[in-house]
Amino acid sequence: MKFDKEKYAKESKKGAPRSPLLRNGFATFWVGGSICLVGELLYRFFLSLSLLPKTASVSATVALVFASALLTALGVFDSIGRYAGAGTLVPVTGFANAVVSPAIDTKSEGLILGVGAKIFTVAGPVLLFGTLAGGLYGVLYALYLLFFGM
Amino acid sequence: MEFFWYLVRVFVVGGGFCVLAQLLIDLTALTPARILVLYVVLGVFLGAVGLYEPIKAFAGSGISVTLIGFGGTIAKGVKAAVYEQGLLGALTGGLSAAAGGFAAALCFGYLAALFSHGRPKRL
Repeated sequence: MKFDKEKYAKESKKGAPRSPLLRNGFATFWVGGSICLVGELLYRFFLSLSLLPKTASVSATVALVFASALLTALGVFDSIGRYAGAGTLVPVTGFANAVVSPAIDTKSEGLILGVGAKIFTVAGPVLLFGTLAGGLYGVLYALYLLFFGM
Repeated sequence: MEFFWYLVRVFVVGGGFCVLAQLLIDLTALTPARILVLYVVLGVFLGAVGLYEPIKAFAGSGISVTLIGFGGTIAKGVKAAVYEQGLLGALTGGLSAAAGGFAAALCFGYLAALFSHGRPKRL
C-alpha cells in the first residue's frame, strides 16, 4: 500500500480520536470564562489596595501565573487542562503552564542548559512572534507619525 | 447591577475566546502551542487597528487575561514607546510592556523545576 501525502492525511484522520465538540465546547467555555472572572476579581482586589490600574493589571496577571505554576508543579494543572482544553490554554494560565511544564520535565537534562533551554519551548515562539508583530506595528506607526502625525 | 452585567460580559467574552480556540484545535490542524502564538499576534493586530481597547472597555479581563491581552499590551507599549522615542520604540516598547507576565512565568517556572520532581504523565 503506497502512501502519498494526501492519502496519509486521510488515513491518519480516520484513526485519530474524534473530539466531542459540544462537550469540549461547554467545558472550555465555563472554565475559560471563570478564569477570566477570577482575573477580573484579582484586578479589582489590587485596585482596592490603591494600586494604579496598570500595576493592578500586571499584578493580577502575575498572581494567575503563580497559581498556574503552583498547580503545574503539584500535577493538578494537567487534570484540569484535560477536562477544559482551551479553557485553561487561552488565559495566561495556559502560557504559564506551557513554560513551567517543560521546565519541570527537563530537570534531568541539567539545571542550567536543560531547563534553561526547554523553558522556552513555547515561551520562545510566543515571545518571538509577539515581538516581531509589535516591531512591525512600531515601524508602521513611526511612519504614520512621520507623515501624518503631530 | 451594572457591575454584575460587567462580570457577565467578562465571563462570556473570555469563555468565547476559549471556545474559538477549542474549535480551531478540534477542526483544524492547529496545535495548542500554535494557538498561543496565533492569539498573541492577533492581540497585536487588534491593538494596531484600534479594536483591542474598545473590547477591553467592554469586557475587561475577558480579553486582557487571555493571550490576546498579551498581544494587546505589546501593541499598546509599542505605540507609547514610538510616540516617545521614535523608531527605537518599535524595539523597546513591546517587551517592556509585557515584561511582568513573561518574567513571572520564567521565574516561577524555574523555581517550580527546582522544587518539584518530574512525574510520569497520565494520558
